[in-house]
Amino acid sequence: MTFFFEVLIGGLLSGVMYSLVALGFVLIYKASGVFNFAQGALVFMAALTFVGLTEMGLGFAMALAVTLVVMIAGALLTERLVLRKLVNQPQITLFMATIGLTFFIEGLTQLVWGSQPRGLDLGIPDQPIEWVLDRAGIVVSQFELFAAGVAAVMVAALALFFQKTRIGRGLRAVADDHQAAQSIGIPLHLIWAYVWAAAGFVALVAGLLWGARNGVQFALTFTALKALPVLILGGFESVPGAIIGGLIIGAVEKLAEVYVGPMVGGGIEGWVAYVIALLFLLVRPEGLFGEKHIDRV
Amino acid sequence: MMHRTKLMAWLAAATLGAASTAAFAQAEQFVPLLSYRVGAYAAGGSGIFGGYIDYMNYINMKEGGVNGVKLSWEECETEYNNSRGVECYERLKKRGSGATLVQPLSTGITYSLIDRVATDKIPMVTLGYGRTDAADGRVFPWVFPMITTYWSQASAMIKYIARKEGGEDKLKGKKIVHLYHDSAYGKEPIAVFQEYQKRLGVEVTSIAVPHPGNEQQSQWLQIRQIRPDYVILWGWGVMNTVALKTAQRNGYPSGKILGVWWAGSEEDVIPAGDASKGYTTAVFNVAGANLPLVQDVKRVVYAKGKGNMEDATRVGSVYHVRGLVHGIITVEAIRKAQERFGKGKVMTAEQVRWGLENLNLDEARLKQLNAAGMMPPLKMSCADHEGSGLVKFQTWDGNQWKVVTPDWIAPDKQMIRGMIEESAAKYAKEKNITPRDCSKES
Repeated sequence: MTFFFEVLIGGLLSGVMYSLVALGFVLIYKASGVFNFAQGALVFMAALTFVGLTEMGLGFAMALAVTLVVMIAGALLTERLVLRKLVNQPQITLFMATIGLTFFIEGLTQLVWGSQPRGLDLGIPDQPIEWVLDRAGIVVSQFELFAAGVAAVMVAALALFFQKTRIGRGLRAVADDHQAAQSIGIPLHLIWAYVWAAAGFVALVAGLLWGARNGVQFALTFTALKALPVLILGGFESVPGAIIGGLIIGAVEKLAEVYVGPMVGGGIEGWVAYVIALLFLLVRPEGLFGEKHIDRV
Repeated sequence: MMHRTKLMAWLAAATLGAASTAAFAQAEQFVPLLSYRVGAYAAGGSGIFGGYIDYMNYINMKEGGVNGVKLSWEECETEYNNSRGVECYERLKKRGSGATLVQPLSTGITYSLIDRVATDKIPMVTLGYGRTDAADGRVFPWVFPMITTYWSQASAMIKYIARKEGGEDKLKGKKIVHLYHDSAYGKEPIAVFQEYQKRLGVEVTSIAVPHPGNEQQSQWLQIRQIRPDYVILWGWGVMNTVALKTAQRNGYPSGKILGVWWAGSEEDVIPAGDASKGYTTAVFNVAGANLPLVQDVKRVVYAKGKGNMEDATRVGSVYHVRGLVHGIITVEAIRKAQERFGKGKVMTAEQVRWGLENLNLDEARLKQLNAAGMMPPLKMSCADHEGSGLVKFQTWDGNQWKVVTPDWIAPDKQMIRGMIEESAAKYAKEKNITPRDCSKES
């Protein structure tokens, strides 16, 4: 039974890491109704830019600040050069634009900083907490607990932002209908710029944590693939859904890999999360916390 | 900005590639390079192809080419993708004087090209990767898994563990986990481990990690439950770093992890930080900026601004030196072919295949090449396309790799060769291939 709980806790903590990436997707989706395929590339760009700047001699705080500026500048440019020209276009067009952005960001980042994997040390040991290990015999990583704390703070901040601020409310209106939102005076361009900047910030936090956990390398772009089933399950528009979805996906994929994997040759966690997501799509297409859309026919 | 300058130059070169290839001088020996410098496996690709190009430049600049025949090459980006690898091969195979040989640096691309190279009669060299049973040259005349194969490596790893434990008889009941990249590459040694399970009574459990391997918590929890004496890490790219980090997260000591040679570069351990200290891997080339050949390449090539590595600190790294080894094999095969078919002439692919099958890089020759101790001695033949099987082991001390086995460790050659011949015979039967009679080859 101890081992079961160890797997469960390990899964839940991994799930929090997926949620961190999923939050960035939720932000963009809430503002534009578009699945931002480039979110994984933004995570990669943020982490590599931060590490590249520290290698140039910048201190932690300065590198963090400059990276944030770079991410916000990138967001503003995206809004000005890509999104502004696609207002009122079908969502599939915006989605295709984010695919293009993905490859551009990946290529540009490697062009500037190179493709070498780098280490990133945030000063938080990624080792088992001995107290828990000694008393319960369960491995719980200090680093992953820290990441869970960061995720909790971000969810609370984003929930407040969407519910309590004028920009947050405007953002939800924009997500419902671009034209209607514009007609009542909501500044669409500004809203999009804000939200892409916020997604850049979320990508920076996710990039730092994932980079410290796995090393800063191109594979950070694949974190997007981990976030996708989380979004399907939790709902594309829900910040709490990203967290709950992450926890469920993390726990189920780890339990499946450990208890079912050995019976079928192992290596199933990569796709078992998508099977769960698919089942949810069939039963509840909007996800656990997504908004149910009723369209007039 | 260094990256930007280099990449702009590279892009310009790629753009002008078509024009420059049209202008190939007749006396140039063309080598196609199916490289990868972007994507998830860029660190390996850029290091190895960088070293490969450095060595060809070195021969051109130091000796004016191979007996006066200049080497030329063109890169094609595969991104480690099978279909792109095939596309690059098809694009480059007839460039210039025709492809001398091809080194795809990917087990997946190797499998995709096996039939094509046989049809096109172009030798394919796969150093330390690819299809193991292709070491039987009677069945696979165009494929050369040279120096050492995955099966030889698996055997050498078991021998190394036995040495640490005090003999093969001490392995009975020992638990080993084979943590592998869930691909043809990762599964390749399973047959060898099963054989050792039967022979020595060692318990091997194979655990798969899905591509790309950036999440391994469940695998390491299984390992924690098994409590193995050793973990053999059969990874590639990000999987290696994540394995080391996740092992630390789960309290498994790095000193008990033994990596494959594709898990033993600086790029695998540096991003893992402290988690990699004490970690050991097999290796078929040692690394070091002070190796005589590396020093000479620096003097001849880098001092004149012709070096291919954009990051000078990587010159002499594991991947870079492996690239130099790729270059040595290519150049020495051409040189050997010229001895028979005419010095100072451009060799055809078929002639280079003869050169490969008759290559003998003994200690004396390696010394002449400034590569003594850097790579194992090698003697090829019509039947034996591996030629060596020897490896060393190196441990990461937190700053650099330290060789911990000064001597080269041999696999159980008799056992491995028997398995190779059995597997190759099965392949020959499936494909209706009549094996060559090597006694009739000259």
